[in-house]
Amino acid sequence: MTTQPPAGPPRILPTPTQENDFYWEKCHEHELWLRSCNTCDETYFYPRDICPTCHSRDTTWVQASGRGEVHAYAVVHRPPAPAFAEEVPFITALIKLEEGPILPTRIVGVEPTPDAVSIGMTGQIEFEDASETISLPVFRPN
Amino acid sequence: MTTASDLSRVAAIIGVDESDEMGHVPHKSSMQHHAEAADNALRDAGLTLDDVDALFCAGVGTVSVAEYLGIVPKYTDTTSIGGSSFLAHVEHAMVAINAGLIDVALITHGEAGRSTRARAGRDATAAGSQFEAPYGMIGAPVAYAMACSRYMHMYGADRVRQGMADVSIATRKWALQNPKSFVNHPTWIGPADVGYEDYHESRWIAWPFHIMDCCLVTDGGGACVVVSADVASNAKKNPAWILGSAEGHDHQIISQMPDLTRTIAYQTGPRALEMAGVTHDDIDLAMIYDSFTYTVLTTLESLGFCGPGEAPDFVANLRTGPGGDFPMNTSGGGLSYAHTGMYGMFLLIEATRQLRGESGDRQVEDCNLSLVHGTGGELSSTATLVLSNS
Repeated sequence: MTTQPPAGPPRILPTPTQENDFYWEKCHEHELWLRSCNTCDETYFYPRDICPTCHSRDTTWVQASGRGEVHAYAVVHRPPAPAFAEEVPFITALIKLEEGPILPTRIVGVEPTPDAVSIGMTGQIEFEDASETISLPVFRPN
Repeated sequence: MTTASDLSRVAAIIGVDESDEMGHVPHKSSMQHHAEAADNALRDAGLTLDDVDALFCAGVGTVSVAEYLGIVPKYTDTTSIGGSSFLAHVEHAMVAINAGLIDVALITHGEAGRSTRARAGRDATAAGSQFEAPYGMIGAPVAYAMACSRYMHMYGADRVRQGMADVSIATRKWALQNPKSFVNHPTWIGPADVGYEDYHESRWIAWPFHIMDCCLVTDGGGACVVVSADVASNAKKNPAWILGSAEGHDHQIISQMPDLTRTIAYQTGPRALEMAGVTHDDIDLAMIYDSFTYTVLTTLESLGFCGPGEAPDFVANLRTGPGGDFPMNTSGGGLSYAHTGMYGMFLLIEATRQLRGESGDRQVEDCNLSLVHGTGGELSSTATLVLSNS
C-alpha cells in the first residue's frame, strides 16, 4: 500500500550513501530490508557494514516482514524545522520490528492525538513515495 | 597503574562565571559570550589569560576560540558530546594535570542560542539525517518526548506526569531567587511564579511535553578554570575540589538508545561516587542536567538516587525546590535560568558558587559536597562529577 505524501514545502529527504543505497532502493520498491549478522544472527538497524552487537564484518541483507509494534511515540505540535510547519501535529514513533530492531518512523492513518496510539499497538510498515527516488517507510496500526 | 581514586583531589575548580549579559542578548555573538565568560571566570580565579596553558571547548573548536582570545594553549581539546561536554572537559583537564602536562585549564562556552544569526548545517549522510530527520525527528524535544512516552507506559502516565510537574515547578521556584534567571529578565513573557495548574494548562511542544517540560532557549556563556592542587592551594577563593569524575555515551540518535528509560548515568554515577569515596546520602546538592523534566526523572534513577520508576515519588511535593530536603538545580536550571544549547557549563558554575557559599538567597545550608551531572545529545552522553569544598 502506498501513502500519499503530505502537501507543503520541500521535504527533508535522506541522501543515500554508498553503504545504504540498497536499503533506499528496496524502499523505493516498497520492500523493507534490514542488515543481519551471519556471525551472531542479530538483525539490526540502521544498515551498516559492521555488526553493532558482535562487531563482525560478515553481514548480509534480509527482507523484513514489515510487522511490528509501537515502542515509543510523540505527538509533535511545534514544527521541529520549517519544512514541517504545515504538517503539525503529527506522530513520530519508534517501532519495534518483528525481527528485533527499532525503526524510527511516522505513524499514519490515525488522528494525531496521544490517545489514538498506544505502546504495544501492532501494525504494518507501508511506504510513502516522497520523491522520484525516495520512498519512506511509515507505520500503519492494525 | 593509576586508578581512578588516585586522581581524586589532583585538581580543583577555582574560577567560574557567566558572560556579562544572559537571557535575550540580540547584540552579541556566541564568540563574544565565550570571551566575556573566559575573562570573568579568570578574574574570579585571580588569574589572567596569560596563565592559561590548556583550552577546552565544545561545538565551536578550541582553534577558533584560542585565536579570538589571543592565547597559545599547549594542550587543546574540543571533545563535543553535547551539553555534558564541559563536565567531561573537567575530567580531561584533571587527567592532563595529573600527567604533569598543564597547570591551568580554561573551559569556555558561549552560545547565542536565542539570537544566533547562523544555524549549523546538517551532515546529510549522517544516520540521523538519513533515518530520523525525514520524519520530523529533529532536535531534542521530539527525541526526549518519545523516550518519556516509554517511561510513562512502564511506570504509569498519571504519576509520571505529576513527577514532571513537580520538577518543573520546584525548579522555577529556585529560578525566582536567581537574579540571572531568564524568568527574571525584562523580556520574559508570562507569569514567572507558576503552580501546578499553569503547568498542566501550558501548551504542547511534543506530547508528552508541555512547554513547561522543556528547557529555555537563551543567549549566554560560561567559563570554568580548573587548576592543579599546587595552584589551587594558593587560590583567591576556596577551591571546589574534584573528588570524582566519569564520562560515557551509549548511542547518538534516539532510535539507537539501548533503553529509553535509562541513561549511561547508570555507569558514570556509580563510578564517580566510587572514585570520590562517597555515597548518595553524602550529597548536599544535586545539579542534574534538566533539558526536560523527563531528563531529571530518568537521570535520578540512572544515577542510583532511587530505583527504576521511583523518581516521580522521589521528587514529589516539590522536594527538590527551596525548603525541600533534596535541593536540586538551585540556579533555576535549564528549565528556568538559562539554556543556551549546551547547558552543562552552567551546572559547574552553580555548584562551585554553592560550595563557596556565594549563592545568595538560594544558598543551600551546609553545602559541602555536590554531585554535578550532565546529559548530552539525545540522552546520549553523560558526565558526572563529585565536587567538595574541603
